[in-house]
Amino acid sequence: MTSKSKPSEHPSGDERYKSIDRTMKRAGYQKDALLEVLNVAQETFGFLSEDLMVYISRHVNVPLSQTYGVATFYHMFTFEPLGENNCIICTGTACHVKGANKIAGLVAESFDVEEGGTTSDRLFSLTTARCLGSCGLAPVIVINGTVSGKETPDSTVRRVADMLNGARSELAVVEAT
Amino acid sequence: MNYGELLALGQQEAERQERFERRVFCCTSTACLSAGAGLTHTSIEQAVAASGCEEHDAEVVKTGCMGLCSRGPLVRVEQKGQDPVMYADVDAELAQQIVARHVPFAEKVRDPDADEEGSTDPHDIPHYRASLRKAKSGKGLERHILPADMPFFTKQKRLVLTEVGQIDPEKIEAYLAHGGYRGLHRALTEMTPEQVCQQVLDSGLRGRGGGGFPTGLKWNLVRKQQAEQKYVIVNGDEGDPGAYMDRTVMEDDPHRVLEGMIICAHAVGARYGYLYVRGEYPIAIDRLRRAIRAARRRGILGKSVMGTDFAFDCNLRIGAGAFVCGEETALIHSIEGKRGMPRMRPPYPSESGLWDAPTVLNNVETIANIPSIMTHGAEYFASIGTEKSKGTKVFALAGQLRNTGLIEVPMGISLQEIVEDIGEGVPGTAAFKAAQTGGPSGGCIPSEFLDTPVDYENLTRLGSIMGSGGLVVIDDDTSMPEFARFFIDFSVDESCGKCLPCRVGTVQIRNLLDKIIAGNAVPEDLDKLDALCQLVKTTSLCGLGQSAPNPVISTLTYFRHEYEALLLSVSDN
Repeated sequence: MTSKSKPSEHPSGDERYKSIDRTMKRAGYQKDALLEVLNVAQETFGFLSEDLMVYISRHVNVPLSQTYGVATFYHMFTFEPLGENNCIICTGTACHVKGANKIAGLVAESFDVEEGGTTSDRLFSLTTARCLGSCGLAPVIVINGTVSGKETPDSTVRRVADMLNGARSELAVVEAT
Repeated sequence: MNYGELLALGQQEAERQERFERRVFCCTSTACLSAGAGLTHTSIEQAVAASGCEEHDAEVVKTGCMGLCSRGPLVRVEQKGQDPVMYADVDAELAQQIVARHVPFAEKVRDPDADEEGSTDPHDIPHYRASLRKAKSGKGLERHILPADMPFFTKQKRLVLTEVGQIDPEKIEAYLAHGGYRGLHRALTEMTPEQVCQQVLDSGLRGRGGGGFPTGLKWNLVRKQQAEQKYVIVNGDEGDPGAYMDRTVMEDDPHRVLEGMIICAHAVGARYGYLYVRGEYPIAIDRLRRAIRAARRRGILGKSVMGTDFAFDCNLRIGAGAFVCGEETALIHSIEGKRGMPRMRPPYPSESGLWDAPTVLNNVETIANIPSIMTHGAEYFASIGTEKSKGTKVFALAGQLRNTGLIEVPMGISLQEIVEDIGEGVPGTAAFKAAQTGGPSGGCIPSEFLDTPVDYENLTRLGSIMGSGGLVVIDDDTSMPEFARFFIDFSVDESCGKCLPCRVGTVQIRNLLDKIIAGNAVPEDLDKLDALCQLVKTTSLCGLGQSAPNPVISTLTYFRHEYEALLLSVSDN
């Protein structure tokens, strides 16, 4: 399929495709824009679905295999949606030296979730990061975008529990009404 | 804009700054923001507004990293005729007290008869008066003041970080007022490309990304290539965990990076460039984008750079998380939109790089040194440092130390001075065990070599590398085999899989380490580990594989007894 011409919008009519269309257009649908487009897609959708990768492949005119190859090569791309809430534990050298693995271990155990996994109710994901670059504050964690430094296993578990209590009670309210 | 107009713009900004009685600087770089600097900054602005002071009395400036990240958020007050005062651990409440102490109050705020209790609204004057009282007593504030003679500050030498923490990184005027873009102007109008390369060569500047290749030599290689199209790439893919020097420069002084890049382009004859930045650095990306836009608007990027007939433009490329992309050929592939896998060299990028064109590729810190060399001259730069390693090095100091953060020190300083004077040693009852430099590609340096002067050759001789500048101190609670496994885990995960020694070898090294740590290994396993490390080191395709065994080799060299203590003894069998 030749797609150097302006692409039609995604048939689903999903508004989020617009930002992807814009990025591809700005790059002139060149092949070397692939990584940039995937970055925008990941940011917009939170993960790369098969449908999304097919869409991008067609428009920048690269084989799906190549898109998949690029996407799976880089760490920042994910292929499944994250839970509604997430906790990122930094596992950089400074955080490691100050006990980040103990924090990850206790959070995983306390909330019955694997590292990199999501709870069965899809409320909570636990992920790790290479280095958040706030090494002076090690160990560092991020809960729903809020960074906390100088953490201990107990303090992180408390933060996650508080966040989940909030999320669950909200859910209960929504379900009750 | 031509140079005269740019100078005027800088002059205007300098005069504007000069009008303020005092300027309150609040660090808003990533580390301090993580510690709550956003709230601190808001609180300072609110307090200054509530004080009712005249406009010229105080300016609040969002600035970059002041260095002592472990004590953030940091706030510095510069008052005319007085020494600057720096405050550590400034939360929103303390921020108000700082303002109350330094900023003069309008009469109505000082009125003692007004109601004083019961308000927590920072906009509210009575609440602010309570801060004033606390500030006057001075008890709360005193212990937050960082002494100016702290070795953490006095032992540093700032060349790359000259403007970091001094200017608002989002304002091109602030960079100009600080003397920015003067080096570029000099290079463009007074020097031929050949002279610029020679100047850089004479300065003795070497690649700060870890390799240590003479920068001037690299530039000359590209300059001499006859080609229609050449490229400049600045490598901001700082993947080494525990290192954030490049991020700080990109976040807090983005125009310095641009200036260095344009000088480089002039020197090698490139018309276009790319800044490759890690996707994990959203603030750096945002500030570089703004800086590029501002530079285009002011005619510093574009068809006629600073009114000369030199044309240059650049763009950002955002990485997506792959350590191997720090390797030059891998990074080039990534810019081309492909998997970031390295390839065989030669041909080197200086002959055939991005889209097969001659390409010069420099690390952010290397490039950030260039404006200083152009303004102060090669001789000045070469007067700092050791015989073979000139200038300064920025380190991200982390781990088990009292002071951690970002430091810039002259080459040749001893590790001891960095650890004990600047870092003020290991806190608590634990003892220093080793300094790890160079991240997953480096090694551990034990205490007996702490007096070694830091330069490229010495660190390599000790089995570590200068690397990009991560320096992590570990105490005697850390098990070295486990620490080595931490880095090998990293390399296993980051190996791109192209060449066999790295892809398979790192996994086998990890398996052996697992076996040793689990207490199931026999003495022959240590020999196997030695041999395997050498194999991976000597036969891998790129720098990642060649240096991946370093953490194991260096700990095997200096802390072999820890490995041996884990082996099954003969009687166990």
